[in-house]
Order: sequence, then C-alpha cells, then structure tokens
Amino acid sequence: MGLAQGPADVGAALSPADDGLRGELRRQGILTTSLEELYNWGRRNSIWPMQFGLACCAIEMIATTMARYDLARFGAEIFRPSPRQADLMIVSGTVTKKMAPQVVRLYNQMAEPKYVIAMGACAISGGPFKQGYNVLKGIDRYLPVDVHIPGCPPRPEALIHAFMTLQRRISEQTLRGQGRPRHLDPEGTAEFPVPVHGGHDLVPPKNASIWQPPAVRREA
Amino acid sequence: MLSPETIKAQVESLVPGAELVVVPNGSTDNPGALLVRGEQAVAVARALREHPALRLDYASNVTGVDWPDQVLREKHRIKLIVEGEEREFEEERERRVPGYLEVVYHLYSMALGHGPVVLRLRTGNRNDQVSLPSLTPVWRSCELQEREVFDLFGVRFEGHPDLRRLLMWEDYQDHPMRKDYSDPDDYEYEPTAHDRVLARSRARQGEGAAS
Amino acid sequence: MSRTGEFEPLTVPGESGAGEGQDVLEVAMGPHHPSTHGVFRMDVAVAGERIVRLKPVFGYLHRNHEKIAETGSYLAAMPYTDRLDYFCSLTNNWAYALAVERLTGLRPPERAEYIRVITAELTRLQNHACLVGFLAQDMGASGTPLMYAFREREKILDLFESLTGSRMMCNYMRFGGCRCDLPDGWLDQARQLVADFPRFLDEFERFLADNEILMARTQGIGVLPPELAINAGVTGPMLRASGVNYDLRKVDDYGIYHRFKFRVPLGDHGDVYDRYMIRVLEMRESVEILHQALRDIPAGPILDPKSKPRGFRPKPGEAYGRIEAPKGELGFYLISDGGSNPYRYRVRPPSLINLTVLEDMCLGQTLADVVVILGSVDIVLGEVDR
Repeated sequence: MGLAQGPADVGAALSPADDGLRGELRRQGILTTSLEELYNWGRRNSIWPMQFGLACCAIEMIATTMARYDLARFGAEIFRPSPRQADLMIVSGTVTKKMAPQVVRLYNQMAEPKYVIAMGACAISGGPFKQGYNVLKGIDRYLPVDVHIPGCPPRPEALIHAFMTLQRRISEQTLRGQGRPRHLDPEGTAEFPVPVHGGHDLVPPKNASIWQPPAVRREA
Repeated sequence: MLSPETIKAQVESLVPGAELVVVPNGSTDNPGALLVRGEQAVAVARALREHPALRLDYASNVTGVDWPDQVLREKHRIKLIVEGEEREFEEERERRVPGYLEVVYHLYSMALGHGPVVLRLRTGNRNDQVSLPSLTPVWRSCELQEREVFDLFGVRFEGHPDLRRLLMWEDYQDHPMRKDYSDPDDYEYEPTAHDRVLARSRARQGEGAAS
Repeated sequence: MSRTGEFEPLTVPGESGAGEGQDVLEVAMGPHHPSTHGVFRMDVAVAGERIVRLKPVFGYLHRNHEKIAETGSYLAAMPYTDRLDYFCSLTNNWAYALAVERLTGLRPPERAEYIRVITAELTRLQNHACLVGFLAQDMGASGTPLMYAFREREKILDLFESLTGSRMMCNYMRFGGCRCDLPDGWLDQARQLVADFPRFLDEFERFLADNEILMARTQGIGVLPPELAINAGVTGPMLRASGVNYDLRKVDDYGIYHRFKFRVPLGDHGDVYDRYMIRVLEMRESVEILHQALRDIPAGPILDPKSKPRGFRPKPGEAYGRIEAPKGELGFYLISDGGSNPYRYRVRPPSLINLTVLEDMCLGQTLADVVVILGSVDIVLGEVDR
C-alpha cells in the first residue's frame, strides 16, 4: 500500500492492518497502532474541561464531578480555571448578551485542539428564557458547538453521555485530508469574532459564517 | 399593625406640610399603601423610621411599576342643528390619561416585628419628569434595588450615591421593563411542531378554521 | 486587569486605606472566576494586599425572569421560579405560591402545609450543606468537603426526584396546595434520611468546626455590625450571624411554623466563622422541624378545591408574600389588573440585597479574604441577576 493517491484514501492508507490481523498480532504480544490512533487516544482520555459555570446547569456539572457520578472515570475530572489550560468548554447554562462577549473571548483564549459542549436548553437555543431581551438564543450563533445536550438541566448521566459522544468524535478525527480538525488545517482559524455591546443588542447579533437561521418551509 | 389611615395622620402631624394619600388595595392581602409626593419622601421616610410606634428600620423591597399613557374612549351626547332641526347625537371622544412611573417600597420593622407599610412614589410622567428622591440615605437596602429600577424603568433617583445601570451594560439605551419596550429583532423564526399542528387542523376543518 | 483592560496604577489620597502616594491596582475578579460562584464580577482596588475599594458588577445572568413572567399566565411563572435560586427550587415555589395565595385568598389544606414545610426544610438542609462545602473549597480545601456535602445532597435530591420528577427544577407547589401527593413509602425514606442526617453533621463538624485553618481564615474576617445589617436589608443567616433575631418563620409565622418547636441560632461577632456556624446550627434545627413534621403529617387533600388551573384571574389588587428561604427573605410582589397574567411581577432577591454590604465587609481585608467573605454571603447568581 503506497501513500495516499487522493484525499479519500488517506484514512485507509494510514491504517496499518485490519482488525483481524491486529488481534492476531496482539495475541502474539505485538501491539500495532497508528499515529492517528495514538494521538486521538491520548486526547480522548484526558479532556480537561474549563471550570466555567454559567447558571443552573453548572450545578449539575459539579454534581457530575462528585462522588456519585464521578466524571474522573472518563479522564475529565481536572477542571481548569484558566482557559489556557483547558481543551473543553462546557457552556453550562444561559448565555446572556452581557456575558456572550466574555464567553467568546474565553473560547478564543483556549489553545487548540478545543471543543464545546452546549449543555442544556439555554445554551442550545435560549431555552425557557428564549423570549428574554438579554438572553442569547443559543451559543452556536458565535461558537462552533460539537455536542448539544438537551434538558433543563440535563441530568449528570446526560453530561456523561455527551462526554462519551465527544470522545467518540475525537477518536474518529483524521490527521490529514478532508475532514481533518481545524487545528491541523493551515487555513483553519482558532479565533472567532467577539461581539460588542451596542445600544439595543449585541453587534453583530450572530456570526453569519458559522450560523444561519434554519430555513423555514411553511406547509401551505 | 396600625392602619394606613392612622399612619397617615401620625406622619402628617410629624412632618410639617406632608400630604399623604391612602391608596386602597383590592386584594385580600394588605390594607393599603401610602402615596407620598416626591419632594416630601425623604422626610416622610425618616419619620417612618424614627417613629417609636412604627420604627420601620428595614426597607425590604423596592419595585418599579410602569403605568403607560392611557387613551380612554368616552361617549358624549351632543346636540347639533341638522337641516334646521335640533337633533341629539352620540359622539365618541378620546381622553388621554397621562402615565407615570411608580416606585413601591415595602417597609418592615425588625425591632418590633411588624409590617409591611407600603410607600408609593410617582413621577410626573414617563418621559422627561422621571426624577424621584432616593431613599438610599435612609435605608441602605434601597441602594442596589433603586439602581435596578433606574436600569429597567428609567426612574432617576436624586441623591443616590452611585446611580448606574445594575443589570444591563452601560451603553444600553432602553428601559426593558417598561410596558412599551420592544425586543431587538434577534428572534429568528424557527420551525416548531406547533406549525404542523396548525396545518393539520386547518386541513381537517377547512381553510380559515385556524389562522 | 482594570475595566479598560490596561494595567494602569492610579494614585489615591491616603484616607481610603492606601498610604500616601501608594499605588493602587485595580483587579477585575470575574465574571469568569472560580471563586465567584457563577458569573459575578467584583472590581477590586487593592493597595498592596489590602482592599481599598470593591464594586460588584451584576447582570451577567440577567435572564429577564420578571419580564417573561409578566407576559405569561400566573401558573406559567412557577417553573421560572425554580430557576431563580437553583439550589432551592422548592422554597422559591413556596414564596411565589404564598404571594398568589395572599392575592387571591386561597388556603392550602393541612397536608399540603406539612408537605411544604418538609420539602422546604429538606431544601434548607442541602443548601446549607453545599454552602459549607463551597465555603471550605473557597478556603482551599479543594473538593473534599464539597464531596461530603454533595453526597448528602444527592440523597435529598433522590427524595425530590421521586416526589416531583426532577432533581433540581421541582415545579411542585401550586396556588392553594401542591401538585401531587407523596408517593408510597416516601415518608419512610424521608424519616430514614432525617434520622441519618445528624451523623453527617457530626462528621462534618468534627472535620471543620475546630479546624485550625478554617478558624484562622474566618474568625474576625468580614465583620458585619448589626446596625448596618438591618439598615442594608440583610436577611437570613447573614443577619442572624450578626446577632439580630429576625427569622420570618417566627416573625411572620407563615405556613404552619408556629406548630413546631425550634430555636433560632444567633451569632455574636458577625464574622465569617459565625456565618458558617449559623448554617451548621440551622441544619440541626431543620432536622428538629423535620422530625416533628414527619411525625405529625395528616392524611387528606393536597389542593384547595377553589384553586383552578385554567382561567385563573385574580381580582385587581396587589400582594407581597415572603418566606424565610435558605438565603434570606425571598419575597414576591404581584400586582393584578384582573387579567390572566400578572401586571407586575417582582422578585425580592435575598442574594442581591445581601451583597449591598459586600464592600463594607471587605474594606481593609486582603484579596484572599474577599473570596471567603463572598462565599459566606451565600449567593446564587440566578437569583442575584434574575
């Protein structure tokens, strides 16, 4: 098997052997892996979330790290107070318009690779507070969100499920070619524009390059 | 607890020139509120705090209320001469009742364990005469709550030590708790199940049934 | 970093605590700061290590609760009250239900009153336990006391969940009663929990009450004199730690609290240690109330028959209902214009008003003490900003 002929073949080309052969080798005491697997395995199992609570969901987030639910089983018990040391931002609660610039700025300060979990109805869409004049109708208007968890607030089990979903997504990331993560793409950006407070609303009200309102097809 | 009428009489005897109006309350809760004119508010508040039988040392709750301008339609009978004959007509006239902003204080006594005495202040209108004296010098607990009323309703409290917006950002221009506030247009339409329900009911019951 | 984002030392005259010509550094703590219990900001000016000015900045969690409640029906505001002080949804429910009951004259039946007392005191237990855990965490006891507190909290949340269907957002009280009756076996589970709870309190106190670090960090720190506390409208455990005997369960006698024998713990010094100790003692008194309530609870209906879920339109008027929530006096002020939604809906948030005196308590203390003092106030940002 030569090097990749085209982007579609990259994933196959990097895989050194099929599962059957690898199982056979493992029985013989030989462990085979690829750089991609090793890289993703390491990142997947030591996600450091940012200690960043916004509202009610933050309490469930704390409860998830406590003895009964024990998030440490997933390698993610180290909550870092500084965005520079974190890979995961759990947007746990209502993002208000007053807070939204700070949330985006904190995200910009995190080092790549970085992920976002939108925890709870408010972070997804404004939730029960959607009618509020000071409530941002979903953090995905400004930030790319990897996992959404519904619920108000989501139970700790739901947050754990979101973690496992995120881990699966990390392990599926390829190092090269199309679909590679942003931080491996020389043209990818790690920073997103920070909105400013205007006279009546945030300016701009959304980042049009990452979020557009859903197309509405009214049934006649 | 003394009745509002008694409190009114005692305060009027203590504060020279004070005129209080008892505002009745229709609910089953407290007996009524005392309406104070703005320029007398601080003196009246001091009297309520120092009065030995009242000792209202604790201002629990400070609330803003918005009463917008109202247009009342009233019918009048008028006489007109039509074709040389006097006939009676009914004419509808509109009467504008100017609105105002109201600040409500709930006062209690921690020393005597009674309350509440409800104090109301009203501004001249909702646009340019929105100043009221601050009661923060009398009760510190009004400090943050009056800032909140200033922020959300736009009442200017004269004599407040630090009158800034409390909840919204500094460059914000609106007063969102007013009844005529309109939201920013950031609520893009998102499809919900509700629409499909409407469409289904329309199909079942014919056009125009659910519009 | 200052508000403008520049490190610009400014010189202030000596009367504010800084020495003549001493540089004052402005530090913005928050809105993202691990010690502020949420999104709260303090603009602090320090001369050396001493605080010379502290201005709290609010509104980072201003979710327009009041505006939304004024556009919906009376009952539609009930789930929003859960999200005010999200540790104590059941006491929030009660305060709102009480205000509406005062507006309309509804009266909850006997059994509902007992259920309200039981759920409110359980709420107080878990709130105070978590507060003590967070306070210890603010002092650097990273995690462990909080884990003990959350272990107990989870047990109480299990009871809430089996009663109301939700761990945190209970949405349980209704105007004139409660939403549903206790499930089978709930009372026995509650009795078991209340019987076991003092063991946790003993353990917690053994670890913390005479802990050297805790005493060094809290005694004589953040003293709040009683006159200032009254004038500034401070309520709840904060007020009682300053020695003012004002507990709405005794003063207002709402619900059926007059039937229970319990004491109101009072502090002597008004410092952080007293505020910690008041919470511990209040948990013991709550256990006492729970013992009595769980013993005496009668059978019967749980909702006033006059209460109707649809077409609920109170007569024009206004009412102010307040209860002793775990954080202080939680009040709801309602004005009805005869319509189906409140004309004015106002929450009197104890967390916000207790922060009035934050600067007074912090002046002259060190920056590290600010964290501990703020932790002892017991704020929840959902209630501060609403």
